[in-house]
Amino acid sequence: MTEETIPRRRFLLGAGIAGTAVATGLNQTEPAAAQAPAAAAPAAPQPEPLLALNETEHAFVVAAVDTLIPADELSPSGSDCGVATYIDRQLASAWGGGAKSYRAGPFRKGKPEQGYQLALTPVEFMKAGIAAANEWSRKTYGRDFDRLAADKRVEALKAIEAGKAEFANFSARAFFGRLHAMTMEGFFSDPIYGGNRNKASWRMLGFPGLPATYAHLIDEYRDKRYVAEPRSIEDFS
Amino acid sequence: MTITLKETDAVVVGVGWTGSILARELTKAGLNVVGLERGAKRMPRENFTIPSVRDDLKYAVRQELFQDTQLETVTVRHSPGETALPIRRLGSFLPGTDLGGAGAHWNGMTWRWLPSDHKLRSHVTERYGKSAIPDEMTIEDFPVSYDELEPFYDKFEKLCGVSGKAGNLRGTKIDGGNVFEGPRQNEYPNPPLVRSMAGEIMDKAARSLGYHPFPAPSSNASETYTNPEGLTLGACEYCGHCERFGCEANAKASPNVCILPALLADQRFELRDYAQVKELVYDKAARKVRAVRYVDTRTGEEYEQPAGIVVLGAYVFNNVLLMLTAGIGEPYDYRTGKGAVGKNYCYQVSGNGIGVFFADKEINPFMAAGAHGVLIDDFNGDNFDHSGLGFIGGAWIQAGPTNGRPILTRPVPPGTPRWGREWKQATAKWYNHAFGIGASGCNYAHRENFLDLDPTYRDALGRPLIRMSYNFRDNDYKLAQYLGGVLERLARAMNPTIMGKPNVKRGDYNVVPYQSTHNTGGTMSGTDPKTSAVNRYLQAWDADNLFVMGASVFPQNTSYNPTGVVGALAYWSAHAITTQYLKSPGPLVHA
Repeated sequence: MTEETIPRRRFLLGAGIAGTAVATGLNQTEPAAAQAPAAAAPAAPQPEPLLALNETEHAFVVAAVDTLIPADELSPSGSDCGVATYIDRQLASAWGGGAKSYRAGPFRKGKPEQGYQLALTPVEFMKAGIAAANEWSRKTYGRDFDRLAADKRVEALKAIEAGKAEFANFSARAFFGRLHAMTMEGFFSDPIYGGNRNKASWRMLGFPGLPATYAHLIDEYRDKRYVAEPRSIEDFS
Repeated sequence: MTITLKETDAVVVGVGWTGSILARELTKAGLNVVGLERGAKRMPRENFTIPSVRDDLKYAVRQELFQDTQLETVTVRHSPGETALPIRRLGSFLPGTDLGGAGAHWNGMTWRWLPSDHKLRSHVTERYGKSAIPDEMTIEDFPVSYDELEPFYDKFEKLCGVSGKAGNLRGTKIDGGNVFEGPRQNEYPNPPLVRSMAGEIMDKAARSLGYHPFPAPSSNASETYTNPEGLTLGACEYCGHCERFGCEANAKASPNVCILPALLADQRFELRDYAQVKELVYDKAARKVRAVRYVDTRTGEEYEQPAGIVVLGAYVFNNVLLMLTAGIGEPYDYRTGKGAVGKNYCYQVSGNGIGVFFADKEINPFMAAGAHGVLIDDFNGDNFDHSGLGFIGGAWIQAGPTNGRPILTRPVPPGTPRWGREWKQATAKWYNHAFGIGASGCNYAHRENFLDLDPTYRDALGRPLIRMSYNFRDNDYKLAQYLGGVLERLARAMNPTIMGKPNVKRGDYNVVPYQSTHNTGGTMSGTDPKTSAVNRYLQAWDADNLFVMGASVFPQNTSYNPTGVVGALAYWSAHAITTQYLKSPGPLVHA
């Protein structure tokens, strides 16, 4: 397989561009009215320096967030919106290192209703989960998750989400839960964290962002759509 | 080595709502008061400013304003036969920290209990007979009646500038207010907030079913307001960043806005921040707490602060922890039912809701306040006949979003996948066209729901963690099931394009999803020192100079958010201290 010999980050870049082409293709089949400015093609993705993830882990995350948030007329793909960058930075943050979580032992397996009971910090948890997911992917499909075709990625993530994918010594469902939560955080949070580039998700929803002072508008806009150019923290800084 | 400091007249442990109120009332009475706050001195002018205060990830998701679980948490098990495990990350409830406590990041729902909530056991027994209360349901009467507390409810509402509409003014029922509430002597200090689109829909639907909708009693000021302390609240901006956030408009009532500027200016008050109280020094023979030991978390230095009066104003868990570790009162034993400290821990039967989706209506969920819904109380407390229902108690029911912040709020119709193209389309399509109807249910005490000390896990100061033995019980599940039917009727009356299935409380208590920060009980107030920890003035039975504030004194939890009651009880207790205790220090109730 030639693709196995291409360095991972260059391969990804290619995949990103291909993804954009697919999205454009989709747009052409939609009525013109549906082609909102929200779907404007993003700038060519630049490789971001990695803080927490290595290249293999990053490739997994890019492939995963692009599967969870595919490019279409509503928004660019997850990674084109910066969601993989967001995840990397969050895993490198104090939160990723386990801040504000109780980490004294003994560590015992509890009931699901007792919540997270592992010694792993979020960054350790995600790294172990990605390794387990890739191992399962190699066993099931013969290659790492990021090297699967788009339809196989969807199939694989559905199996992981449902817990049908059997990871070695790791809960596939718990891993998916964290991956999904972080993907949504990155897509919908303020762009200062690296995701939601160009406020793509806020445009998609019609969420106006900041400053969020509506005392003078709430009466006027009752049952009327409020349209505003969304503004983020950076726009006020 | 512990450094012993000069004695002060009074010390308050925790400077949130109750600590601030007690410190203010005691300094007004001429006492010198020290306030010990484990967190930082946080004030809105420096800490809650645009644009950073609008950071959804930082505040709502990464829990900026909440207790650091790395240092202190609780362990949880469903029944006494199981091994409790620590809550390693906050989820189900979110205790606050830093100056102002949870009073800085609440939503502002400010309730009074129903008169019948004040005498629950006798009310239920009178109406339905003794058999209506199962043996294991250890509910009690609260030893202060609605009429006795009314002036103090009023005082706290004026402090907060609560916005709302009276439904019972001195016995006259008023349409548009909560006609089920007890008689109030005065109208709310401020008119209700501007009604949202969701509120309009709820109001119409509830009326069509013969119910009695009213605006949320809200400590989000509808207008600029100056309170009796001479401090001014701004008008609510409807910014949709209320719960879990500080308020940059100073419109949400908090200790930081409503009391602390006056208290901090008073020479008789001294705030010590980063002062984490470790233990109470209890003189069992004299039945007094002599001092409070605390650690300055900036230096690691340990201090002993002797005081004439000690006020516990920490959150429920730390109030109970400090009493248990000092050996004040008898620890509760679920096997015998004896003892009182740790008894009747209760929570909230929340998480009941139904989603409604309207293709042709614009909801603008981001134009919202924390306590901004339209509610009904027709199915709350004993406002409806429970004969034959198999449960007692009820819920307030509300419609209206508190926010449209997209990390956590983006409703999609039932059956929508959680990700992928179809999810995206549904998310974009329905974001501005949907809201939920929710029900907050009461939670009545159960013999095997209680707090004690964990035998294994410890906090950063080396103390045992509080161990919670807790689960929902038959009464809770039956109530939730019943509420599901009410929610469905309301949703149908709204005639939505799509409605979800009612989501009602099922299964065991789960510490992961957020439900409510309304943890109650553990130092319950009562008339008998054998079965309660504090008397009707919130004075510890076994230490007459110790007064315990907050929802830990509740014998059970009503459906209502506790802050209104907690604030009123703080004033009630402060009044007893300043008018009775100071003249004659000793037990205020003789058992």
